[in-house]
Amino acid sequence: MSTHEVSAREAKHAHGHEHESGHLAHHFETLDQQSKSATLGMWTFLATEVMFFGGLFGGYAVYRAINPESFALASRQLNVALGSINTFFLLTSSLTMALAVHAGQTSNRKGQVRFLLLTMLLGATFLGIKAYEYYEEFEKGLIPGLHFNSKGVLQFPTSFSELAVRRTQLFFIFYFFMTGLHATHMVIGLGVLGTLAVLAHRGHYSEEYYTPLELSGLYWHFVDIVWIFLFPLLYLIDLHK
Amino acid sequence: MTDHTAAAHEHEHPTVRAYLMVYAALMVLLVATVGLAFLDLHVNFLVSMIIAVIKATMVILIFMHVRYNEKLVWIFAGASLLWLIILLGLTLNDYQTRGWLNILGK
Repeated sequence: MSTHEVSAREAKHAHGHEHESGHLAHHFETLDQQSKSATLGMWTFLATEVMFFGGLFGGYAVYRAINPESFALASRQLNVALGSINTFFLLTSSLTMALAVHAGQTSNRKGQVRFLLLTMLLGATFLGIKAYEYYEEFEKGLIPGLHFNSKGVLQFPTSFSELAVRRTQLFFIFYFFMTGLHATHMVIGLGVLGTLAVLAHRGHYSEEYYTPLELSGLYWHFVDIVWIFLFPLLYLIDLHK
Repeated sequence: MTDHTAAAHEHEHPTVRAYLMVYAALMVLLVATVGLAFLDLHVNFLVSMIIAVIKATMVILIFMHVRYNEKLVWIFAGASLLWLIILLGLTLNDYQTRGWLNILGK
């Protein structure tokens, strides 16, 4: 009887020891339950993000359907080569992010730091190229507003109605809003990843607990997915014509 | 013992090999979507969107671990897709059918 009690206490102690890392919040039974709840919460947040971007995609779809030729004409002014290279950088950053999470799952501290920094480098490169593209478009006078197309970069065919001419400006409003909102998400992502890199370096994450890595990975991949759709919708309109 | 196998099952993660294969496929599809955009396929828009959906699906299932998660995560991820379809579908349904009936103020 007494040996049974002792072994039970020992088992309990061993069980408690497992969670001594202090990562388990008091309202959860186990670390597993905690991480599953966190993942579900992150997916709920991402669902709201889908709605957030969805409104812009909806507006874009409506106006492109009404004036497809305006959107195609305006789209020719974007730099397809830089857009493609940027897509390459962003997809690669998703791979390195996935590998950073994997390093968390395998308690590989150096791998976590290395892949987080690599992801940040790729993300920063994307933003740098995007900023250069914005500069190019500014130089061409394609910023929506009073001086839109003041340099006459956009040559309108005579078949264009006055409304169709105005809708080219609408394309650029969608372009700057959608890519701008996307870039804002990336800037936030870079801040998050930078914080994680410091904490990972201090050895905060291991096989037992790597929830922040997992959730930030979900966020980063979501931002990647938004770009996967933005790229063909903005850069690749009727390129064959 | 049953506890151990349950834990092992819960911690099923994609391998590095799976990540690299998805990445290779993403690269192929990126080249494909840019290349095909220059060819006159008559359905260029459709092709580019199908490629984007395939890319997004791979990222969601493997990079975002949905394939390895339990049903509840599938439902939450699927719910956002469902609401997106309602948002885009009903909006376009409205705009595309406005001219069909000769109603004032359409």
